[in-house]
Amino acid sequence: MTERVPILRIGEVLVVSIQFDLEDQTVLRLQEDLAEQIVRRAARGVIIDITALEIVDSFVGRMLATIAEISRMLDAETVVVGMRPAVAITLVELGLSLGGVSTALDLEKGLARLRRSTISDEA
Amino acid sequence: MTAPWLPDEAPQIYAITHNRDVVSIRQTIRVLAQRCRLSLVDQTKMITAASELARNTLVYGGGGAVKAGLVEKDGRRGIAALFEDSGPGIADVNLAMTDGWTSGSGLGLGLSGARRLVDEFDLVTEVGVGTTVTVIKWAR
Ligand SMILES: Nc1ncnc2c1ncn2[C@@H]1O[C@H](COP(=O)(O)OP(=O)(O)OP(=O)(O)O)[C@@H](O)[C@H]1O
Ligand SMILES: [Mg+2]
Repeated sequence: MTERVPILRIGEVLVVSIQFDLEDQTVLRLQEDLAEQIVRRAARGVIIDITALEIVDSFVGRMLATIAEISRMLDAETVVVGMRPAVAITLVELGLSLGGVSTALDLEKGLARLRRSTISDEA
Repeated sequence: MTAPWLPDEAPQIYAITHNRDVVSIRQTIRVLAQRCRLSLVDQTKMITAASELARNTLVYGGGGAVKAGLVEKDGRRGIAALFEDSGPGIADVNLAMTDGWTSGSGLGLGLSGARRLVDEFDLVTEVGVGTTVTVIKWAR
């Protein structure tokens, strides 16, 4: 049995706050749950808060990149927030620059980013 | 490479047979890394490297074990981790160490990335016998 990461909704945005070190199975499940909820709840944005994560390895890194791609295909935008500086340094050295993933420093800035891009979509 | 384990403290052995073992190895390595006073960035690098190697042991090696503990050389302390499995081994080490090469569905960054993240890296493998990867990170 694997744990499940809760997905919250704030308006048209889904918010996932990863609070503990995840097993690979839980990471895969989160990826599937998010894809399903983007469609079911007609979300325009996804925020993944990784403030609590002390490390991001290639497995979690790949999940972040995949969610960003999936959400783009489903007409939503993903922003990863709260990446620690040591995590960013390590990811780059690992060889994962997460080029396709947009990031913001914290939840508030992440929400502001999504708000701006959904408004410009409608204009 | 034989790791210069601290004389007064034997390294511990932890099994890697389940997904949750990868999580607990990350925690074990963090505790050791803090004990030998690695900087926050170096702790993060060592834990990340260990996470990659533990997953390889599980996924490709069919499970195995890690021996981890503190090491000392020339008055410097560090942390060492030795990942061991009796899986299929790696036929072409150069290929396996290439950024982006994977025989599965990974990103092919585990081995090559782990090598960049640590100070010492040693891979011994034999087809049909198994694979051992030893990594060390020294406190600065
Ligand atoms: N312990 C092992 N036993 C047998 N083969 C291994 C072992 N570790 C790595 N390999 C082989 O080396 C390849 C490269 O490993 P590496 O960790 O770099 O990438 P990956 O695991 O395929 O992807 P990633 O780690 O980026 O998710 C693997 O695809 C596998 O074929
Ligand atoms: Mg790997």
